[in-house]
Amino acid sequence: MKALELHRELTRIWQNEPGWRGVLSSVSHTDLGKRFIVTAAAFFGIGGVLAMLIRAQLATPQSAFAGPEVYGQIFTMHGSIMMFLFAIPMLEGLAIYLLPKILGARDLAYPRLTALGWWCYLFGGTIMILALLGGVAPDAGWFLYPPLSGREFTPGINSDVWLLGITFVEISAISAAIEIVVTILKFRAANMSLTRMPILAWYLLATAGMIIFGFPPLILASILLEVERAFGWPFFQPELGGSPLLWQHLFWLFGHPEVYIIFLPAAGALSTIIPVMARTPLIGYSAIVAAVLALAFLSFGLWVHHMFTTGIPHMALGFFSAASVLVAIPTAVQIFAWIGTIWAGRPKFTLPMYYILGFFITFVIGGLTGVMLAIVPFDQQAHDTAFVTAHLHYVLVGGFVFPMLAAAYYWLPHVAGRTRVMRVGIAAFWLIFIGFNLTFLHMHLTGLLGMPRRVYTYPVEAGWTTLNLISSIGGFMQAFGFALFAIDVALQRRLGSRTRRDPWEAETLEWAMPTPPAQYNFASLPTVDSREPLTRNRDLGADLAGGRGLLGRAVGRRRETLAVDIATGTPEHVAILPGPSLIPLQTALVIGGFFLSLLAGLYWLAPVFIAAISVMVWRWVATTGTVRDLGPIDAGDGFCLPTSFAVRGSVGYWGSILAIAVSATLFASLIFGYLFLWVVAPNWPPSGQFDVFFLEPAIVTLGTLLAVGGGRAGLRDFRKAKRGCLASAGGSVLAITGLLLGALRHLPGPTEHSFAAAAWTLTGYAIFSAGVGILVQLFICRRIASKHVCAERPNEMGIAALWSDYGAGVALVVIWLVALSSAVL
Amino acid sequence: MSTIDPAGPSASRVAYLWWWMLGGSILLAALVLLLLLVALFRRGVADRETGGHKRVWIVGLGLAMPIAVLMVLLGFALWIGERNLPTGPPAQTIEVTAYNYGWEFCYEDGTCSQNVLRLPTQRPVDLDIRSTDVIHSLWIPRLAGKMDAIPGQVNRLRIEANAPGIYEAVCAEYCGIGHAGHRFVVEAYDDPVPDSMMELAR
Repeated sequence: MKALELHRELTRIWQNEPGWRGVLSSVSHTDLGKRFIVTAAAFFGIGGVLAMLIRAQLATPQSAFAGPEVYGQIFTMHGSIMMFLFAIPMLEGLAIYLLPKILGARDLAYPRLTALGWWCYLFGGTIMILALLGGVAPDAGWFLYPPLSGREFTPGINSDVWLLGITFVEISAISAAIEIVVTILKFRAANMSLTRMPILAWYLLATAGMIIFGFPPLILASILLEVERAFGWPFFQPELGGSPLLWQHLFWLFGHPEVYIIFLPAAGALSTIIPVMARTPLIGYSAIVAAVLALAFLSFGLWVHHMFTTGIPHMALGFFSAASVLVAIPTAVQIFAWIGTIWAGRPKFTLPMYYILGFFITFVIGGLTGVMLAIVPFDQQAHDTAFVTAHLHYVLVGGFVFPMLAAAYYWLPHVAGRTRVMRVGIAAFWLIFIGFNLTFLHMHLTGLLGMPRRVYTYPVEAGWTTLNLISSIGGFMQAFGFALFAIDVALQRRLGSRTRRDPWEAETLEWAMPTPPAQYNFASLPTVDSREPLTRNRDLGADLAGGRGLLGRAVGRRRETLAVDIATGTPEHVAILPGPSLIPLQTALVIGGFFLSLLAGLYWLAPVFIAAISVMVWRWVATTGTVRDLGPIDAGDGFCLPTSFAVRGSVGYWGSILAIAVSATLFASLIFGYLFLWVVAPNWPPSGQFDVFFLEPAIVTLGTLLAVGGGRAGLRDFRKAKRGCLASAGGSVLAITGLLLGALRHLPGPTEHSFAAAAWTLTGYAIFSAGVGILVQLFICRRIASKHVCAERPNEMGIAALWSDYGAGVALVVIWLVALSSAVL
Repeated sequence: MSTIDPAGPSASRVAYLWWWMLGGSILLAALVLLLLLVALFRRGVADRETGGHKRVWIVGLGLAMPIAVLMVLLGFALWIGERNLPTGPPAQTIEVTAYNYGWEFCYEDGTCSQNVLRLPTQRPVDLDIRSTDVIHSLWIPRLAGKMDAIPGQVNRLRIEANAPGIYEAVCAEYCGIGHAGHRFVVEAYDDPVPDSMMELAR
């Protein structure tokens, strides 16, 4: 009865609090993963209804169904919802639910951050849907190009809803990305080296890395446009030295990687499911890993292929065209590896397999039209026509929705612990598959016949009537298919018969647990010696449940999981995870208050919320850590491991590095924007005299040295720690003083010219970063006093130094950049 | 309005490229789906369980095949793209201004027309495209690819009509509630353009 006793004890530690409070305070990745998936599915339904409205409007020429104002909101929201409220959160949900389970861990690296992400997503998405119901939804296209989205041409709050709502939602993408990377690097089964990871983990690692570098340009663009709309800083106004093209560069610098961010997790699901359905190992594991990493890298070099008609010189376009077709190569490697796997195996025609075949047909067509669109002269004809609408649906529905439907049927027995009931799923597949092609296949032709995108009506003489009517019929057929799919899933959830463990005879660790899974995932943690741990040991699940793995113990209320060496997977320390908490919900509410105050135009209220957010973050980090010396833990199997508080390379450290990478990417995008305006925008240089100044840069340099030196003092010698953190905070104060003086004394007002606007924005960003540096060092002073930080537990000092170093470094770069620019102008 | 019924050299070259790409794509799609079908339905073949022919799949089909196809395609496309550029002197340059919601065309003789673009046939004409408000995109599907009208910059597009006639044109970049109706027509005349027609166009 050891297994049952262990189950009872671990459940006591890992379960949610009772009742409604438990719903609000849950930090379990299983709960939150499911919530992400269900919420994303709900938004997919809303986006789908909007799609049906579009098809209803376009079914006939000169339709009187919707006017241009309403139609503008409908197509803008359809695109925005499907991209930001469906696709990204759906892949986050998949990753959040599965990742610890396939890696052999008990939860993600930051359980409370998972919860914060979901609340931000829910609140941000709700704001956008409420705006839609209120008739003030964004209406300038999902790409929101200025000047159309600017104050002059969109005077209402429509664009603000997009800029603020989407940025709010993106908090969940960024936090999920950081969490995914750190979880993959640190929370794996013992001895699961990088080369033994399940292939899906590689895909998710690449995806999360792309989010970390891909989303900051969009967040920056959103901030700049919101500031222009709210305060008149002319980043995108050519008459004042701005450029509308700056938006397009920043937007597509995000927007193209975005497509691969959506595709890669789906491809990861395919690489996981296909070998199981073909009953043979995946061929070319290392080639696929290389292809995925190449795809992630290349996807950042081809954003300009959305801008082939903006007047950029042809040879520059040729470079981006070549980069764009290059991505076909790693994609081809994967496609042929999958077909080769099926070739080598004995395929089973299960329901997931239907959707996988649907994927192949659809995605191959989408990929080929994608290559066509990467070709400059052809794109100049096809750009912004129905051809592109058709192409992007082939890629996104083919490359994301079909694999996700396959994944849904594949992992439903895991989530529900039940098997399928009826053949409803097959009927749903045919409706979706035929309906999809009936909507979009001939839409390529509609585009070639000259139909532009985003028109709410078209003349009878244009000759597009029949084509559009067929598309509309296909669209409604698809809608029935998706409804049937939803019914089928609900039936399986409720009425399916109980399944045994590992019904597909799969090889990955998520099937080495009872289904539906327990809150703690594994009663004891596995040790692996191959990529297919279940093939070697079919009884692994029972062994783990019986406590015959690592950390098969229950101590107090401590949530323990194993942290390993990044490369080799050798057990390194025991991570102690936080339990249920209301802090994520409260923090999300305060962040929501900040965004709502901006949306309402109550700008004086925003600083109050920023202060409140700082207080919440302080409380958040203050509730981690320990004042007791826990000593090494006996993890079983001869491993005696320290706790995360006593080591330097804890998940907090790696997460901070990634968070700083996000911030640094935003900073780099800002510098790119500044130089872009300088080189490309009209009406430069700004008129007027600019001073050469060196006093303020000298002050900032001094402050930076103090901030960096002080932050490191305690790490070298703990007796100097208290003075060190105070000195570091003082250094950051000095740096902020220098930055403010420099801007106030030498820069023109930010509304006068884009140079001043950009320089003030750089200064603002530097003050923010240095401000974070002050807070973390004051926090360390407090933690030394409360004995959370001491010579034996130096972890937090190392983390704080990262932040204060970064803030001080940014201050130094910005002041010199601004000072030297002034000297040159 | 059809790009595959071209009426000028630029659009003709792109249509030619399109038919080649369509043919190639159909062949490639057929190859991939055929391989998939065989993979699914071949049964009882001896090389099962041996891991298959990994090198053929990854290196041959995954790497070599697309690299070869794409290199040829890129070279072909670059050549066509270069020929569609405004190189060499145009017969005339016309100043185009896009605005919400109309098009103004000003000719070298100082006259201007609204929503009607007059062209001589069989002569290269350059359009210098501007915008006074938001971003638009000028597109005459039967004559050439599109070119954006962006506030603060001038973009040049070369067009040429093979034969006299009327060609429809639309705005291709979403420009607000009047976008669907943001159209104009091109009237191409054999030289010399009759005065009466000139009057009409104005």
